[in-house]
Amino acid sequence: MDAVFLSRLQFGAAAFFHFLFVPLTLGLSILVAIMETKYVRTGDEDYKRMAKFWGKLFLINFAIGIVTGITLEFQFGTNWANYSKYVGDVFGSLLAIEATLAFFLESTFIAVWVFGWNKLSAKAHAACIWVVAIASNVSAYWILSANAWMQHPVGYTIRNGRAELVDFFSLITQKFAVLSFLHTVSGAYILAGFFVMGVSAYHLLRKKEVEFFKKSFRIALTFALIFSVFEVVQGHLNGAEVAKAQPTKLAAMEAHWETEKGAPIAMFVIPDEKNERNRVEIGKIPGALSMLAYHNTTAAVVGLKDFPKDERPPVLINFLAFRTMVGLGFLFMLLTVIGWFRRNKLEDSPRFLKIMLYAIPLPYIAIEAGWMLTEIGRQPWIVYGLMKTSDAVSPIAASQVLVSLVAFVVVYTALGIVDFYLLFKYARKGPEVAA
Amino acid sequence: MLLNIWFFLWGLLWAVYFMLDGFDLGLGTLLPVLAKDDNERRVIYNAMGPFWDGNEVWVITAGGVTFAAFPTTYAVMFSSLYAALLIILFALILRGVTFEFRNKVDKPFWRAVWDWCLVVGSFVPALLFGVAFANIFKGIPIDQNGVYHGTLFTLLNPYGLIGGLLFLFLFLVHGSIWLSVKTEGEMHDRGLSMAKKLWPVLLVIAVVFLGTTKYYTHLYDNYFQKPVLFVIPLITVIALLATRYFVGKGSEWKAWFASSVTIVTATFFGIAGLYPNLFPSSIDPSYSLTIFNSSSSPLTLKIMLGVALALVPVVIIYQAWVYKAFGHKLTEEDLAYDEAY
Repeated sequence: MDAVFLSRLQFGAAAFFHFLFVPLTLGLSILVAIMETKYVRTGDEDYKRMAKFWGKLFLINFAIGIVTGITLEFQFGTNWANYSKYVGDVFGSLLAIEATLAFFLESTFIAVWVFGWNKLSAKAHAACIWVVAIASNVSAYWILSANAWMQHPVGYTIRNGRAELVDFFSLITQKFAVLSFLHTVSGAYILAGFFVMGVSAYHLLRKKEVEFFKKSFRIALTFALIFSVFEVVQGHLNGAEVAKAQPTKLAAMEAHWETEKGAPIAMFVIPDEKNERNRVEIGKIPGALSMLAYHNTTAAVVGLKDFPKDERPPVLINFLAFRTMVGLGFLFMLLTVIGWFRRNKLEDSPRFLKIMLYAIPLPYIAIEAGWMLTEIGRQPWIVYGLMKTSDAVSPIAASQVLVSLVAFVVVYTALGIVDFYLLFKYARKGPEVAA
Repeated sequence: MLLNIWFFLWGLLWAVYFMLDGFDLGLGTLLPVLAKDDNERRVIYNAMGPFWDGNEVWVITAGGVTFAAFPTTYAVMFSSLYAALLIILFALILRGVTFEFRNKVDKPFWRAVWDWCLVVGSFVPALLFGVAFANIFKGIPIDQNGVYHGTLFTLLNPYGLIGGLLFLFLFLVHGSIWLSVKTEGEMHDRGLSMAKKLWPVLLVIAVVFLGTTKYYTHLYDNYFQKPVLFVIPLITVIALLATRYFVGKGSEWKAWFASSVTIVTATFFGIAGLYPNLFPSSIDPSYSLTIFNSSSSPLTLKIMLGVALALVPVVIIYQAWVYKAFGHKLTEEDLAYDEAY
């Protein structure tokens, strides 16, 4: 095992873990803000209890998202020094602006929100959680612009032996950045919606605080429904953009080997990477891949075989990750549509509630699958078409990375267990009794 | 000019981080000494409660700005100090989650575990930041390709350790004073008397550091070339004496400001001596990373300068507002507050 492999594993583990917590932060902050705004508008104490109950779960989750984000920023330097040297002029500013513009705001105002219930007016207090919600989402925009640049580098020129910035504006306005942002935050909103619906379902099934959880469920349902529908439509645009910007990723996620016109999508495939073909292909829809990629059933889609072997990403994992993400995406739309028709008779729909309870992990799986496709599908490049991952690593001993990798796994596993234990504990406990 | 401004801002961000998170790290380290029961431990947590998170962001910004303005330094510094930096990060992670986790389960064992995480998570960064910066002042064994020739233990040399102790004691005094700022009665007095006890040790370490700096580093070269720079360590010394004076008079806010000035100018004492180096090589001065050979392009520096000048003052304003809003002395009511730590 070399430093490249271990560093990839370490960054992957750290990013994977970080993103178990960030989506709930992004979505739940908005839901809590909506609840507290309703409290300010109506004066209904139930909404205040709601903001407090969901806010507590938000905070338990928030802390880990924050502390694990720091290690990601610093790993570009510790493990990917050659990357940082080569592209830092372009890439570094995005991370620095994220910290100055957004991270400060969310970290400062979350404390004001926590400690300010009795100190601030109701309106000012609600404004604090909006600041946190907006800052978290703005933060996501900068981070995703940085990632989008790794997926599709723009606005730079090669000068002085490195990539140098020539057009800052294009980094943050390029289509890839906008689409990744919309796709990622929508996924996060779906996740938060399903989280609130699932926890509410748990209590509704036990007939505890029925009014409280019905209200919570409905707010989350509306939110999740909007973004589940949006995500399916928007995801299609993402696919088309990947086809244009990253043809190797498209080919790998579809296990598409031969260049052909009117390329099909098969429902079930067993890829055989060694022999550069698919062992089994069932349920082909002719022209579907061409349609997906180029909005034209007869367009030619380049197959993996037409790319040099050392420029192809692994097939099976991307293929599975893509199918998992898309399949779950459609399921979320289905479940939220069903929910919409049952929204006024939730307590009479125990089976639906049970499904929603057990659906809590599904958006997590979908989001992590999406990131696996994004990152592994970009391989062997760290910056698509510009720099290979193998050239990006720091000049450090593999043994050192192995030690830190083990430390990451041990510490993060322990923290993850504690955090999920607390989330379960407080989710089950339910809100404080109304005064 | 642009490079000099960025060098100054780079130093400033680190200095502000040490000033702000310094009291959290110091107070966290002293938790077992300053608190005698669970209620007093809660006082200490709540004394840092609304501030620590916002304070910690300064280190993220310092890191981010190093990346944006001096990417080569960022790359070489962070990969050279790999083990030390990751240990600091893990410690900061433990410290951060402790605030959120500790009060969530009402069992003595649970709380004791997190209390130790706070102590370790505060002590380790306080010490290692000092070790790292002292080593940077001294020079790091990097070759012309920025490859580090050493291990974690290379950093634990005498001068590095003196630097570590200096930071640790600066933060311990700073944190003790902060406790008296935020409390009344017994805890308040205990904070001040702890600061009194620690202060002579800090003074000795500071003198030893200033002396050994002449022997181990080239920091004074800049000072002899531009004697006006001696104003910086002069202010440090005055501020350090003022800290003791105000502690003796029981003016905790004034003492805290004096201690803050001590930390900021002590950081700048090193930064000014370092100029124009950011990460000097101890193998050959020509391998050193400077503001000239490791910076970003003028365009990036200009954009980032615009961003920094527009946003950092705003950050300072709202963080100052938070200190004003929550800087009052903790009361029984504060501790009974249902969201308190």
